[in-house]
Parts: sequence; structure tokens; C-alpha cells
Amino acid sequence: MTSEELLQIANTVHAETAKFDFEVNVCMGTGCISQHSDKLKAALSKEASANTDAGKRCHVRRTGCMGLCAAGPLVLVEPANATHGEHETRYGGVQEADAAELIASVGGAPVERLQTHLDAYFHGQQHIVLENSGRIDPEAIDEYIARDGYQALIAALTEMSPQSVIDQISKSGLRGRGGGGYPTGLKWGTVAKAVGAQKYVICNGDEGDPGAFMDRSVLESDPQRVIEGMAIAAYAVGASKGYIYVRAEYPLAVTRMTASLQQARRRGLLGNNICGTTFAFDIEIRLGAGAFVCGEETALIASIEGLRGQPRPRPPYPAVSGLWGAPTLINNVETFANIAPILRKGAEWYAAIGTEKSKGTKVFALTGKIANTGLVEIPMGMSLREIIFSIGGGVPDGRKFKAVQTGGPSGGCIPEQHLDLPISYEALIDVGSMMGSGGMIVMDDTSCMVNVARFFMEFCMTESCGKCIPCRAGTAQMFNLLTKICDGRASHADLDLLIDLCDVVKNTSLCGLGMTAPNPVLSTLRYFKHEYMEHIDHKHCRAGVCACGTKSEAEMEAAEVTA
Amino acid sequence: MQAYLMPPLPSDDKRWRIVNGTMRRHGFTRHALIETLHTVQSSFGYLDDVAIRFVAKSLRVPLSQAYGVATFYHHFSLKPPSKHTCTICIGTACYIKGADKLVAAAERKLKIKAGKSTSDGNISLMTARCVGACGRAPVMLADEELVGIVQPEAVLAQLERWATQ
Repeated sequence: MTSEELLQIANTVHAETAKFDFEVNVCMGTGCISQHSDKLKAALSKEASANTDAGKRCHVRRTGCMGLCAAGPLVLVEPANATHGEHETRYGGVQEADAAELIASVGGAPVERLQTHLDAYFHGQQHIVLENSGRIDPEAIDEYIARDGYQALIAALTEMSPQSVIDQISKSGLRGRGGGGYPTGLKWGTVAKAVGAQKYVICNGDEGDPGAFMDRSVLESDPQRVIEGMAIAAYAVGASKGYIYVRAEYPLAVTRMTASLQQARRRGLLGNNICGTTFAFDIEIRLGAGAFVCGEETALIASIEGLRGQPRPRPPYPAVSGLWGAPTLINNVETFANIAPILRKGAEWYAAIGTEKSKGTKVFALTGKIANTGLVEIPMGMSLREIIFSIGGGVPDGRKFKAVQTGGPSGGCIPEQHLDLPISYEALIDVGSMMGSGGMIVMDDTSCMVNVARFFMEFCMTESCGKCIPCRAGTAQMFNLLTKICDGRASHADLDLLIDLCDVVKNTSLCGLGMTAPNPVLSTLRYFKHEYMEHIDHKHCRAGVCACGTKSEAEMEAAEVTA
Repeated sequence: MQAYLMPPLPSDDKRWRIVNGTMRRHGFTRHALIETLHTVQSSFGYLDDVAIRFVAKSLRVPLSQAYGVATFYHHFSLKPPSKHTCTICIGTACYIKGADKLVAAAERKLKIKAGKSTSDGNISLMTARCVGACGRAPVMLADEELVGIVQPEAVLAQLERWATQ
């Protein structure tokens, strides 16, 4: 494969599209399929094939996620020759029965009643990772190539040295998108310098963080982008073997990724002598088996090795001694998805987006009590208020915004007074939360913050792998204390003990799961201490969620957990 | 060195060949354990003693390790599945949108706790830690099919359909 051949493939695809006047893209991500978008696509295809008038010929295509899951099934209609984003019409909630009407309207006035009318949602975003999501068929490698795919890999292999690839990534200021925010260039440099005959590249797609689905969406919508990013990384660090670790809960992502790997191999973009060079690289899929802790890098490595997913102390870091003791590069799905655009458009272009220390864009999964639930990609530095109220459409049903939870079970709740905070890794940590993988859950006044803290603690308790005592026993005791508070039978001494335990678990746990488990408690205590006090002093839950003082003693004793 | 004898297939069941195929694809290496257990789980629906012993022996993994892995990961089940499975997602987004009410309604209806099966082996009630469809919260998986924005009534209706089939 050379860049000329890529161009040829791209031209073939463009010639194919030129036979049509309109593109009709149907979202077939997990969210829309659950609303039968597969049947919708079949119906649209049938209508379109009957419609052969010049000026109205439609190309119906299945695509990945378009983001706005709340209004599914989504359909995007645009003229085939238009630059993307112009003259496009977005439809939502389209049913099979609407297919004929929709196809008939193409070229004329759009079907008013089906339009989404959510320009604020789409135009406030900046798509880099999601640039192809909802635009290409995820299982057609040629469509990815037609949208500049694999140019970056070929350029890297034929024109750049591994070191200059790493320099570009460092210069772009890209940081790990899995949540930690470690500078990607620095990580790559460490692995490149590590000594070892065999090195590995691992893509972490174990998106265990409940309430987050960015990685699933990227894997389902644009799998080739991840493969290209991994191949570039492998070239930069000198690896010849890669693994993609995907949750078994994402069957569609697994199917699409498996198909995409085969296509990439067939096109000579994986395997031996890639692009006529001596570079060899191949990728295997490994399925997760439902353990949150496997998102931690050392636990993930253990899981690929066929062991129980238990973390081990670091150092040595995986960059030095990872999979089977070999130097290993582990990055998140979204991090890899950023690589190709950075090389294609230049580090300076990327570094110009975002804030001083957090560059580029970040994908967030906007869920909870918010009008426009779905996936959004925004430049770093945008304020939470803009994301939630302009793009997200605010809290529905006339309810009042209470807090937004970021960072999953390791993060915290951010109250209204910090809504003008510009999003960056540091700013979120300063207010007691963290970036995390990108879940953003909005809560209104029907949520009890003590109960939310208890929910996360239950999650950490059941997901604790049991290797170290502070996490295994500490989370169970904290859960019991929080349950006691929720039930309205706690004293001030219990609250003090809880705060003490937070400190112990945070400082003495082995891995990130335990070290961050107290965060939801600490952040709710910081901003919503009055709610804790109400539960303790007045046995009152202002949201009406907790069953304060209504359970019998025996019931409560029975529910207690022992570690 | 004595050649290692591969254990015979536990029975004539064709599914064992599929399991064996997975192990062969990975060259019978030890790290194929989880992949192989995935194949057993998807072919048989659960992991029983026979399967775990067979896989452990074939891959030359200590039985304790194979059992440890099988019990560590939530995805693997050691009990035979019921005819139908109702899985309610209790991820954060679903929790905020009232997934606890769905679980409570289903528990009352089936008179079992989440994680258990009805005594006639017809329906299992499970909970999941986020299926990644948070945009459609609260979410339920009726057998394998994903249903978004469900109300307790919809869950009960589904359970009723299964019960009267």
C-alpha cells in the first residue's frame, strides 16, 4: 500500500458516491439499533432503490453513532457533493413507516415534523475523534480511506523516523484520555527507550466506568481510526504486536472491530511489510469478562495473560515491564483515535485547540437528567455551563440543576457554583473531581447526594478485586456507614469515622480503584455536607430518596455487609 | 521428555470441538484461558465442573487458577442459565433515572432477589454494571435485546409475556 494506492481507493469511493445526488446516513449504533434503526435502514434502502429520478437518487448508508441518542433513531440527509456540514438535514425519531415520506422529500423541503431542530447541540461541538462517526460505514475500510484515512500511517512509515513521530505527539500536547491525563508523548518516549526484543501496544477499551460510552461509540463507529492510531504507536515505540481489550458487554463493538481488523489485513495495513517497509504489526482482540478493575493497566495486563484481573504495585511501570515482562504501551481508545489527525494536520494545529495544559478536544457522554443525552465532543476549556445548558439543553421537566458527576466512581460531584469552570484536567481536580474517561452525569433536585455517594461506594465495594485490605474491607465499612446515614440511624461519630476511613483508604490502597474510591464521598461532603447533617440530625432526606427511619432495626441489621 | 497427552473431549457433544478450536487457535497456550472460557460460556451458556477441568487440563493451567478466573469475572456463570434472562442496567445514568424502581418492581413480581432465578428455571433476574447505552437510560436487556427508556410497567409486561408463554 502506498499513498498513490490510497488515493486510487479514495477516488473509486468518490466516483461511487458521485452516482448519487444525496447521502442518507442512518445511525446504527447500539442506542439507535435498540430502536430498530436496522429495520428503518432496510425500509429506506427499499424506497431509495425505487427512486431513480435524476436529482433525487439517494445512497442509503449505515453509519456509527451520531451522538444524540435521546432523539434516536437518527437520520442525516446531505447532498452528495457538499462539503460536510453544509445543507445537511438531521432527522430524529424516524420510524419505519416514515421511510417513504423521507425519501420523497429529498431534494425538496425537509419533513418538518421529523427534524431534530437542535442546531445548538451540533454546532457547539468540535469533532476530531468523532469526525467520521455518523458519516462512514464502520465496516467499510475504503470509506475511511476516502476520508483521509491511513495517510498518517503511510506518512509516518515512509517519511518520518520513530523519534520524530514521538516528537510530534509530544508537541501536540495530547494527554491520556483514559482519565489520568499522563502526557502521551512522554509515555511513548519511555516505551521507545525501554530495552526489549519484543514490545507490545495495548488499546484499553475496558470502559467499565458506568455512565460512560465514548469508547464503545468510537469502536462501533470508526474502528479503523483506532487501528491506525495503534499502528502508528507501534511504529513509534518499536512494537510488533498489539492487543485491543474490549468489554464483552459491547458485542457490536467486538463484531465491528473483528471485521475491521480483517479488512485492514487484507489491504496490507496490518501484517508483515506494511506499506512496502520492513515494519510488521498485527492486532488481536481480547475480550473483557466484566471486571471494572481491569481498566487499571496492570490488572488489564494480568487479564490478557489469562489471569485474574488483579493489579500489582507500580513501579515497574508497564512501559518498562508490562505484558509478559516486556515493555508495553497502554493507551485508551480515545487517545489512539486522536493520533492520526495529529500527524495529518500537524502538532501545531492540535496544540492551538484547548487550554494551556489541556490540549485538543474531549468526548463526553452526557447523561442523566438532561434534555439532549448523548455523546458530545468539545474543545478543552469550554465551561461546564455551556456543555450542560447550551449543548445539553439543560435539565428537563422544569427541575432544578443540582450537580454534575464526572469521572465515574473515581470522580466527584460538581455543584452549581462551579459551573463556569473551564474543562481541563487540573481544573476538575481542583474542585474535587477528575476528568475520568468522560462520563458526565447530570443530577437534579430529585437526587439525594448521600444516596449517590452510597451508590458509588457500593460499586467500588463489589468491584474491589480483594487483593489489598484497605480497599476490600474499607469500601465495605464505608458502604455500611453510608447506608446507616441514608437510613437515618447514624450519629456524628459515624460521620467522623467515615471521614477517617476515606483518608485511610485513599492513602493506603494498592491501585487507582481504592485510591479514588473515597472521592465521591469526599466531594459530596465538601459541597453537600448539609444533606449529610439533615440525614443524621433530622432523619430527613430532602430529595425523598432515602427511607430515613422507616425500616425496622432487624431489616437494617440483615443488610449489613461484612468484609 | 514425555509428550503431554491432551485430555479426551468430555463427550460427543459437538460444542466441545468449538471449545477445542479456540484453544488450538491460541496454540494451547496458558494465556488462552479467558478466551477459552468465553467460548465455553457462549456455547454452553455456563461453566460447569467438567468444562473447567477439561479446559484447565488442556491448557496445562492449575485447576485452582482456572476456577479462580471463572469466579473472579462477573461475565462467567457457574450455574445453568434460565430460559429467559431479564437484565436491568444499574449503571450511574440508569440509577439516576430510577433503575432501582425497575429492579424493585421485577423483584416483587418474580418474588426473587436480583441475581437469582425463579424456581421453575424460567426467568433469571440479573443486574448489569452499565451496558453503555446510557443515552437511552434506564435500560433493560430482555434476553439479548436492548430496550431503552423503560418504565416499571414495561418490565412487568415483559415478565408476564415470558411467564405465560
